[in-house]
Amino acid sequence: MLVFAVLINFDLLALGPTGYGDEMFWGLMRTIQISVLAYALGISLGLCGAMGKLTGGKWLKNTLEGYTTLVRAVPDLVLILLLYYAGTDGINRMLVSIGLGPIEVNGLVAAIFVLGFVYGAFSTEVLRAAIQAVPIGQIEAAKAYGMSPFLRFRRIVLPAMLPYAIPGMANLWLNITKASALISVVGFMELALATRQAAAVSKLYLMFYVILALVYLSITLISNQVFGWLERRVRRGQPKLA
Amino acid sequence: MVWDWLPQYFPLLAHGLYLTLVLLFWSVVIGFMLAVPIGLVQVTGPWPLRYLARGYCTFIRGTPLLVQLWLLYYGVGSLFPVIGAEFPTFKENFMWLIRLDAFYYALLAFTLNFAGYEGEVMRGAFLGVPKGELEAARAFGMSPWKVLTRVWFPRAVRQVLPTLAGETISQLLSTPLAFTIPVMELMGVTSRIRQDTFLIYEPLLFLAFVYFVLTFLITRAFNYFEGLVPSRR
Repeated sequence: MLVFAVLINFDLLALGPTGYGDEMFWGLMRTIQISVLAYALGISLGLCGAMGKLTGGKWLKNTLEGYTTLVRAVPDLVLILLLYYAGTDGINRMLVSIGLGPIEVNGLVAAIFVLGFVYGAFSTEVLRAAIQAVPIGQIEAAKAYGMSPFLRFRRIVLPAMLPYAIPGMANLWLNITKASALISVVGFMELALATRQAAAVSKLYLMFYVILALVYLSITLISNQVFGWLERRVRRGQPKLA
Repeated sequence: MVWDWLPQYFPLLAHGLYLTLVLLFWSVVIGFMLAVPIGLVQVTGPWPLRYLARGYCTFIRGTPLLVQLWLLYYGVGSLFPVIGAEFPTFKENFMWLIRLDAFYYALLAFTLNFAGYEGEVMRGAFLGVPKGELEAARAFGMSPWKVLTRVWFPRAVRQVLPTLAGETISQLLSTPLAFTIPVMELMGVTSRIRQDTFLIYEPLLFLAFVYFVLTFLITRAFNYFEGLVPSRR
């Protein structure tokens, strides 16, 4: 029994200076913040990328092909380190060269940009496939009605592609929340790093890492519910899947 | 760009590449062997096994691999010294467990992770085999075991083979996480080079290039093997 006393101590989860509850809570908030903003950036990049791949010229298509191939063939940890250092260093070099002093690049902003850039490549592929799944006749009909490209996208392409895009986009969201833990490697204080420090100081490694895993698991399970609801909503009026 | 460190660190990098490939190969092979029963019991197993397998897949797929790695190495790994201090006989007999190298924790974590993802895929594959074929096998008087080994399993594996390439690639792209518990695979070697030489980008760029080439080679290898298996579509 003495063994367990050394392993578990729930008092350490208290809020305030005696426990690590508040540190972990703010870490969780940071994780969610990074994930949501990086996801939004990733979707925006993905939409531009998908449009570029489908309608762009040869040069644009090749560039985007290079972007998606490269990002998907290199580990995201390596990309995160590379972009994190290269990005912050590049901005500072640029500032120095135009006569301004170097600045401290906000870690949060850098993390969001790096994750958004990496997952933009994945969402480019998801959205491209979804747009291509829309029957071409529907788009031609919209053109025949004289809809402008923007109206056509908003009224026809977007609602028609969402049922195809949602499962892939749900996967992407789950991957982003999990990849946000990688940001801890560059020393950014989010959920994983906050918990890691709590575990290292308190020596209760097992308890803290089990809790960390359970927190990520609940993010996933809640997200699954939300995306399930979303998918039912965008699929309404369509025949049921087998 | 400074590249003069490359020849000096070449042996270290080669060993790192070797560790990465060993991690990848064994985690995929053992993970796949574990995935078959995990997928199967989710389809036909008794309910305790079914829920256990489903819960396992949900847990593995719902938590970051990085956290699973830390949970095993720092969490479970921290238990053994505690138990050893409490029970001297355990310490005498299981010293190897207390001193187990981080590499084996990484291998275990990657294997369990791959089994979780692939188990879900195998579940779908077992479900995807047409019912009529299984009924036909049973009508021929095959025992349930024989139905599994002669019809059900081969048909399910055939469906999974094309996705295995993608799963192996994503497993390759997860191996650099092992450097966080320190394993001196490619990423671990690279971060050591970065510390020694104070170079920021060059080692990372080289690493990205190596992974890019590995991804390309593995894709080609899988395409070659898929070509060997006759299939009708």
